[in-house]
Amino acid sequence: MTDATLAELCIFACSEAFRNNGEIVATGVGPIPRVGAGLAKLTHSPELMMTDGEAYLVEQPVPLGPRKYDDRKASGYLPFSRFFDSAVWTGRRHAMVTPTQLDRFGQINLSYMGGTYDKPKTQMLGVRGFPGNTVYHANSFFFPAHSPRVFVPEVDMISGAGYNPAKRVPGGNYSGIDLRLIVTNLCVMDFGGKDNAIRVVSLHPGVTFDEVQAATGFPLERGPLTETPLPGAEALAIIASLDPHNVRATVLKDNPPAIREAA
Amino acid sequence: MTAKDVVASLRDGMTIGIGGWGPRRKPMALVREIMRSDLKDLTVVAYGGADVGMLCAAGKVRKLVFAFVSLDAIPLEPWFRKARESGELEVLEVDEGMFQWGLKAAAFQLPFLPTRVGLGTDLAELGGLKTVQSPYADGETLIAMPALKLDVALIHVNRSDWRGNVHLFGADVYYDEWFAKAADLAYVSCEELVDRMEDHYPDDAQLNVFERCFVTGVVHMPAGAHPSSMPPAYGWDMKAFKAYADAARDPGDWAAVADRFVGASEEAYLESIGGKEAVAALPLPIF
Repeated sequence: MTDATLAELCIFACSEAFRNNGEIVATGVGPIPRVGAGLAKLTHSPELMMTDGEAYLVEQPVPLGPRKYDDRKASGYLPFSRFFDSAVWTGRRHAMVTPTQLDRFGQINLSYMGGTYDKPKTQMLGVRGFPGNTVYHANSFFFPAHSPRVFVPEVDMISGAGYNPAKRVPGGNYSGIDLRLIVTNLCVMDFGGKDNAIRVVSLHPGVTFDEVQAATGFPLERGPLTETPLPGAEALAIIASLDPHNVRATVLKDNPPAIREAA
Repeated sequence: MTAKDVVASLRDGMTIGIGGWGPRRKPMALVREIMRSDLKDLTVVAYGGADVGMLCAAGKVRKLVFAFVSLDAIPLEPWFRKARESGELEVLEVDEGMFQWGLKAAAFQLPFLPTRVGLGTDLAELGGLKTVQSPYADGETLIAMPALKLDVALIHVNRSDWRGNVHLFGADVYYDEWFAKAADLAYVSCEELVDRMEDHYPDDAQLNVFERCFVTGVVHMPAGAHPSSMPPAYGWDMKAFKAYADAARDPGDWAAVADRFVGASEEAYLESIGGKEAVAALPLPIF
């Protein structure tokens, strides 16, 4: 038995996305991906580079939540003003993010849903840096609530490039498109299926493939379907140190345990 | 010069670039002065925050060039959303990196700069962006990011002298340099104004992120970024942002709340938020 929560299992799974990435900037956006990246750096992948979320590179990942402004110890400097020059457009980055929608080609949307470009039904953030991120460096995804509203057959506005053959311009260089892992509250998926189709790699304890498929708006391939590993005591201690205010407990609905209680 | 002088030099229909990034380093005092004016039909080019939200809410924007509009901790800028969902804005949506690339093209007086960014997405089709082919052996097809030529740039800096020798510091200066260089006229507001920079801060010359030939005029505006952040002087005012965002729901009518978020004058605005001292006391955000 374990005391681990499902959020902690997800963090542990996210950290695997950053294994053997080399000397690149690992960016986890949101509590689970961010602690996941920090856990990777403090365990199997110390070579990872990381910022404090503002402008400085740090060798000790900064914890989530309130702390003193100058608690970070800067080892280097990577402000937004040179982020494209140094990290994004040189391909020296792996970001793990949570878009609003993701489709069967790995295309993502965070711009708008419904309506048109001129009059969207629901305006969201805007494409931000996702077009550049996806064409230049590795990307992974975390979704706290696996559902057909998130995993759609085709996104409303393609804000990040995926593996859709219909979106290829002749002569364009798409070699930088490198979609890695998708971690959700139900499973871990990758793009290892036929023609980069999304497949389920591992299921969280007690979850079935059929349950994942039912929560997904397009057909999934079956990967090895192992059980997603539980974090051990060392990983749990590091997770706690990177999230001292337990923000992770607020990410997944009802903060369930990693191992489902018998129904 | 004064903020009024700056705004008096602007005309309806101009393309205005606004420096800073989301809720950070925004020349809000200059934006508020535009809000107090009759200016209209503007094309606004910005890494958007409340600057974009309130200009849209007041109906001053004909066209917006953006990659995002966000207040960070309040991810979705509610006044911008309302304007978008009403269909009243013409837009060009681009990636954050393409955006600065467009400013650089303008700065170098080029029609465009090539990039891979945007390939494989809907940006080119929706925004009418064209492709070019490399004339070299690789023959690569690239998106031609058009120059984002600005009539005017508005930028808030940490300090300046009257000649326009600016010092930019704080953790990050974003793309302020390229807004200045992409514009025919660039006005800076500053937290601290000195007469001659060389007499006061000769050892800080590396903070001169862009040269004075790119500065048209300087306005002394302490607390001029409020409610956005201006490190290291002050952080953002999350209480003010929250009130501003809440007002988009209730009452949801800009005309009814403009006075709270703009004020009849900058003095009146500053007084309403507790003065410069209250702004100086705002803690720096922690990420």
